[in-house]
Amino acid sequence: MKLRARNPRRRFLLRGSSAMAALALSGCDALSRSDWFPRVLSSAEKLDRGAQRLVAPRRAMAQEFTPADLSPQFRSNGTAMPQNAAYQALAAGGFADYRLEVGGLVQRPASFSLTELRALPGRTQITRHDCVEGWSAIGQWKGARLSALLESVGVQPAARYVVFHCADPMEDDGTEPYYESIDMDDAMHPQTLLAYELNDHALPIKNGAPIRLRVERQLGYKHAKYVLRLELVESFARIRGGMGGYWEDQGYEWYAGI
Amino acid sequence: MTSAARSPTTAPRRRGTYLYYRHALPVRVMHWINVIALTVLLMSGLNIFSAHPALYWGRSSYTGRGPVFEIGTVEDPRGDTVGVTRVLGHDFVTTGALGAARAPDGEVVERTFPSWLTIPGNRWLAMARRWHFFFAWVFVLNGLCYLGYSIASRHLSRDLAPDRTDWRSIGRSIVDHLRFRHPAGEAAKRYNVLQKLTYLAVVFVLVPLVILMGLAMSPRLDTVLPGWVDFFGGRQSVRTLHFIAAWLIVAFVLVHVFEVIVAGFWNELRSMITGRYRVQAEAPDETAR
Repeated sequence: MKLRARNPRRRFLLRGSSAMAALALSGCDALSRSDWFPRVLSSAEKLDRGAQRLVAPRRAMAQEFTPADLSPQFRSNGTAMPQNAAYQALAAGGFADYRLEVGGLVQRPASFSLTELRALPGRTQITRHDCVEGWSAIGQWKGARLSALLESVGVQPAARYVVFHCADPMEDDGTEPYYESIDMDDAMHPQTLLAYELNDHALPIKNGAPIRLRVERQLGYKHAKYVLRLELVESFARIRGGMGGYWEDQGYEWYAGI
Repeated sequence: MTSAARSPTTAPRRRGTYLYYRHALPVRVMHWINVIALTVLLMSGLNIFSAHPALYWGRSSYTGRGPVFEIGTVEDPRGDTVGVTRVLGHDFVTTGALGAARAPDGEVVERTFPSWLTIPGNRWLAMARRWHFFFAWVFVLNGLCYLGYSIASRHLSRDLAPDRTDWRSIGRSIVDHLRFRHPAGEAAKRYNVLQKLTYLAVVFVLVPLVILMGLAMSPRLDTVLPGWVDFFGGRQSVRTLHFIAAWLIVAFVLVHVFEVIVAGFWNELRSMITGRYRVQAEAPDETAR
């Protein structure tokens, strides 16, 4: 309406702000690609984690559901069949030769067969899986408590994180196997499982057979599928990209409680 | 507006008018921080939404019922990409705006929202989340400061809470708004009743709703009080409500800016920058020679 400006100061303001808007638009993309600005933005991650720990206690339980809430199909996202010959050979043998290696900062490095994992204290839970993309699916998981496994091998006091090394390569040439990491609070949480069953059946390959992590208070990408090896570490800075996980190395938050 | 008692006038420059100090500095600063934060939140939010451009009602996305809202693409018989927006089962072709847009090389490509409407401009979920969560803190802390300031300075009770005269003038105020008639004299020093009610609804209903629904999407915050998210219909419902509340805020901003334009763009804008609003003097002996 009265957006024409005869007053030079107003004309300057009008032109200046349109120029600013255009600059801001392209500027946001330039800032996103800079080194320093994403670091400034990432400072919020510490705040998120701190604030969430403050209001949601360490042992607080994720919501559990009833069989009526189960999703008809539990969606498979990312890898549906690892392009890894060794893995495919294991799968062909019904995972009879599968062993979960546990090493790093533990008292007694060990490996577990599926039978041994099933013999560990376990838990069955119907929980909701929230993907970082925005969708959710509800499934019933049965698995060994990670806390029970860690107690059986003895965690060294220096250990701060559990790193999950997986069988699924993220690159077409078979490199960049998926990996993830969680802290000891989540590792010892009663709902954190090495799941071997989904909806009363052996875990399907598309959902991470034979073992996938369930870490219910975080987003889907933390729930590593096709887990082959656990490594307890003091720091993940020297592992791969140094950010604690495949997606974390691509810029996603290590703390995925949000 | 808080300054009603404090600084009535500054030196008149134009005959019959004077500059009235209407908006206190903290309100102006927090207003412009809001402009920046809300802009970034909306644009980065649209980028985040693009990662899974569908909304559902219920606890999960896979309940057997389809999405209530979806932006996607189909291929027409000629093999061209067509943007389709599906609302409660009804399809609308939205090529160019939603679902599909023309790329710089002229080809129509899949794109949930036009690139100029998202931060970053390309589909980049990880970076959009970083922008969103940083500016969410800016927005929330700024909002808390505003709330604290408004209570302490009595901005809330004096300027925003409608009084009895306001309630009585509500009918006239509606007619005035519909006729784009805005006060230039004494009445321009105060918020009108529709303005008060709108601001109160935004500050105490819409903004808390959008924040709470955002927090409800966090799997960790779900654990604070098991089941609290179900109170709002479940995890996917709160995502839908977050999206709706965000667009209601956009609708508020559009009406707000429209009102600024019809009420006198430069005068209103000046009052939000310098605090001073030019008021027409009403007392006859002030304007008379």
